[in-house]
Amino acid sequence: MERAILHCDMNNFYASVECMLDPSLRECPVAVCGSVEERHGIVLAKNYKAKAYRVQTGDAVWQAKEKCPGLVVVPPHYEEYIKYSRLAREIYSRYTEQVEPYGMDECWLDVSGTEALFGTPEEIADRLRATIKFELGLTISVGVSFNKVFAKLGSDLKKPDAVTVIRKESFRDQIWKLPAEDLLGVGPATGRVFHRVGIHTIGDLAQTDPRYLRSWLGKNGELLWRFANGNDLSLVAKKDFIPPIKSVGHGITTVADLETPEQVWTVILELTQDIGHKLRSHGLSARGVAIHIRDNTLETRQWQTQLGIPTQASVILARSAFELFRKTYSWRRPIRSVTVQAISLIPQDMPWQASLFVDTEKLEKLERLERCVDDIRRRFGKNSIRQGILLRGAYMPPEKAEITMPAGMIH
Amino acid sequence: MNSRKVYVDVEVTHRKDGSARPNTITFEDEGKFEIDRVLQICRAASTKVGGTGIRYTVLISGKQAYLFDEENGRWFVEAKNRGNGN
Ligand SMILES: [Mg+2]
Repeated sequence: MERAILHCDMNNFYASVECMLDPSLRECPVAVCGSVEERHGIVLAKNYKAKAYRVQTGDAVWQAKEKCPGLVVVPPHYEEYIKYSRLAREIYSRYTEQVEPYGMDECWLDVSGTEALFGTPEEIADRLRATIKFELGLTISVGVSFNKVFAKLGSDLKKPDAVTVIRKESFRDQIWKLPAEDLLGVGPATGRVFHRVGIHTIGDLAQTDPRYLRSWLGKNGELLWRFANGNDLSLVAKKDFIPPIKSVGHGITTVADLETPEQVWTVILELTQDIGHKLRSHGLSARGVAIHIRDNTLETRQWQTQLGIPTQASVILARSAFELFRKTYSWRRPIRSVTVQAISLIPQDMPWQASLFVDTEKLEKLERLERCVDDIRRRFGKNSIRQGILLRGAYMPPEKAEITMPAGMIH
Repeated sequence: MNSRKVYVDVEVTHRKDGSARPNTITFEDEGKFEIDRVLQICRAASTKVGGTGIRYTVLISGKQAYLFDEENGRWFVEAKNRGNGN
């Protein structure tokens, strides 16, 4: 039986919630920005009016205001986003219990076999769209297809407040002409590899010999080839409520086996650079850290620990991860891959109970320092400022093939 | 904008089946109004003043109005702006 998968994407989610709650904002270009009062804030989300001025997620507030002098800047209200994210999932679950959240504002739904009950998948999509608008005052775009990857692609094609169907009989005409980057799993790094070898569209990818793709990109190359051909068989995971962004992690398979703690330290330090940055741009702090270590026989082990105090500071995450590693890894075999994850995330401005023996002043200083480094990197490039020890780091692969995948998609 | 959000005091009967029936609202300085009938209950967004909740379509002295339960203990109505000819 052909599956019926929907992907629902709430349009400009943070900004739309702000405009729904305060209708006086609707006529203005609006940007939701982290830590406005500090002037270090960056744009987390914007509405269509702000988009028209080319205000982008990640812009510094001053930059965004330069592009759009009338820009209304509002601080984020995470409790509201969490609330409306949950209410949307409740509406989706009227049609199926197979609802898989992907980030705070996106969900896959498997509505296979419900046609007799609820109508065609397209009709369900349209009813969801209308219901979300009526009950929550928000718009979604919905992709309808026979697999998750195409459903996701579909939800990006027409927005806001629209439904796009990608059918088995016609997907080649519909999407093969689109840029390869539009396909879930093709990040900037993979995109660059594709362009080097002349793959520009999803169709190019679909018609490339998978053996070549495997040699360029490993297992993921072949996976992406299957996606492009509509052969994504992954299931919509049934999940209970999970906090919107559960963890921020980064992992790497090193170019050579790691054999000493010093080598592991440089890799961990490198990985946490991005994690700290991501936490800051999402306005989140971590209360714990997890590590996944895979040795050269490809056996993976993982551990986690709680932090005394929530933090966004890369250095603290790195130190905690390394301490955890030193305490737990027995060095029976050299290491092939390391992943560090910031876990137990909370909004950065959520109050917390400080332990008596934590030097909060020092922590704040560290976090200020790192925001400053973020700033320098944003203006002068990622490699413009680095820890000295990382200059020796020969263990990272030259280009990080970044693939961000929802649960259950990589086998 | 022709409407504004006004939070109101509400007297509610919470029935043992979990449903609720608002009986009166106290609207700013205009005093207490009896809710004669509840015509419809649904989840809805207020397109006029923003926000969402459980929306009660109520009849007060023959006039229809929306009363929203935000489910956090607060209730609001969509009030007309004063002093501009309404
Ligand atoms: Mg979205």
